[in-house]
Amino acid sequence: MRLPDVTNLRGMLAGDGAADRVVPPAGFTVRLVLFTAAAMAFLTIFALALSLAAGRLADRWGDELARASTVRISAPADQMQAQTAAALRVLQQTPGVGAVRALSEEEQRALLEPWFGPDLPLDTLPVPQLIEIIETPEGYDSDGLRLRLQAEVPGAVLDEHTRWRKPLVTAADRLRLLGWAAILLIGAATGAMVTLAANAALAANAQVIAVLRLVGATDGYIATAFVRRFTLRTLTGAAIGTVLGLLALWLMPASGETAGFLTGLQFQGWHWLWPFLVPPLAAIVAFLATGAAARRVLGGLT
Amino acid sequence: MRHNGATQDGAGIVIELEDVAYSYGGGELLTGMTLSLAPGSFHFLTGPSGAGKTTFLKLCYGALKPTSGHVRLFGEDLSAMGRDAVALARRRIGVVHQDCQFLDHLSVAENVALPLTAAGQSAAEQADNLRELMTWVGLTDRSGALPPELSGGERQRAALARAVIMSPDVLLADEPTGNVDWEMSQRLLRLLIELNKMGKTIMIATHDLTLIRAAKAQVQARVLRIAGRQLQTAGADL
Repeated sequence: MRLPDVTNLRGMLAGDGAADRVVPPAGFTVRLVLFTAAAMAFLTIFALALSLAAGRLADRWGDELARASTVRISAPADQMQAQTAAALRVLQQTPGVGAVRALSEEEQRALLEPWFGPDLPLDTLPVPQLIEIIETPEGYDSDGLRLRLQAEVPGAVLDEHTRWRKPLVTAADRLRLLGWAAILLIGAATGAMVTLAANAALAANAQVIAVLRLVGATDGYIATAFVRRFTLRTLTGAAIGTVLGLLALWLMPASGETAGFLTGLQFQGWHWLWPFLVPPLAAIVAFLATGAAARRVLGGLT
Repeated sequence: MRHNGATQDGAGIVIELEDVAYSYGGGELLTGMTLSLAPGSFHFLTGPSGAGKTTFLKLCYGALKPTSGHVRLFGEDLSAMGRDAVALARRRIGVVHQDCQFLDHLSVAENVALPLTAAGQSAAEQADNLRELMTWVGLTDRSGALPPELSGGERQRAALARAVIMSPDVLLADEPTGNVDWEMSQRLLRLLIELNKMGKTIMIATHDLTLIRAAKAQVQARVLRIAGRQLQTAGADL
């Protein structure tokens, strides 16, 4: 049996109006397929936004994590040099520590500038010395390091302010995965829904199919009439759902860079192109599902 | 109408049955049937109700496959034909059912032109052909009506017009006069005889003996009879 393949999709959609007319218009199923396709597309947009936002979050937090932790040394001015050297020595000997570097005066000034202004006389103030630690991928044992520092460098405090984010990054990654899984499920559900609708339409139009077979229509011709209708219907529904979904996202209150995760549920940059893939993808799913349903039903007839 | 069908095949047998049997649900309905339909022949198929006339016709246009034996359509063995090949063969076999089915949401004219549409031919090109055909069956006034609005006789004539619009080589009609009065059945018969004179092979299943007698006066018709699960050639005295 011949059925139009996907490469034929465009030609088929451009279509043969006469072939389309042989399937009687059925108001109720039309609206159901339209509605379901729209709802599915709407949900897809949100799942997509969720995935992309979770992805951005994971990336951002991941970057910050890689940037390391710090050791802060507060000591009287005359001991500062010695303690810094001792801390550097301890750190260099610690397994899991990749690179260690004491921040220069300029760097410290730059860090403090946002809080105290550019005219801060750093040398007259007891500013603690900062040491930046870049971990190896395995990471170091922070409790062990803390104990050693306590013993050898009394003024040193290990500051791991980004560590608590690690499980959050994992969670954000999971969330991204869940989002994509949701999109796959929505796609599969769309296929199932279209298959059910197509089966119902094929069953309801048994007489139409019988008449067409009698007058010498090939299976390909009959299938195309149904496939075309369901593909176009799904495409239209999905387009409506996509537009509504985007509108809903657009209406969400936006906030700047400091935005939390919830308000970050937006598309950014080229990610805005993703939603426009939803209607054509839904149409392809409908095309394949209806084609398979038609092939199954027609193959069972004489 | 184009009338080029039968001449293309020359003397080739259009439909051939060789020791065909058909059974379903364990019981044998028809058995040992052998028949060749020559181009331009006119056959009646008769027999009691339930004898298998409709089944026999279905075997002739490939809607049923024989459980044993061979059916050949235009020289091609049905068992070797795919679904598309059967569909293409049906464009050369016009069928008129007893209960004519149409696409109820399309007008009569569109229904009559349906075989053209299904074959991918442009209806516009065939507009003259269609108009002529509608006049021939006397349905010009009804061409815009929907099939459910037609009377029994009009439905039969619309089905006949649909069956012949592709200018098929063979016309199979199952009780074409079953739901119509005597006058209408005479009219349908005249149309069928006209088609036969154009070279079409005609096979009419009917149990209406007066129709057969009326036809025999105008055309050389053979009468086949299904009885006792067998296909027999009936006597000339009918």
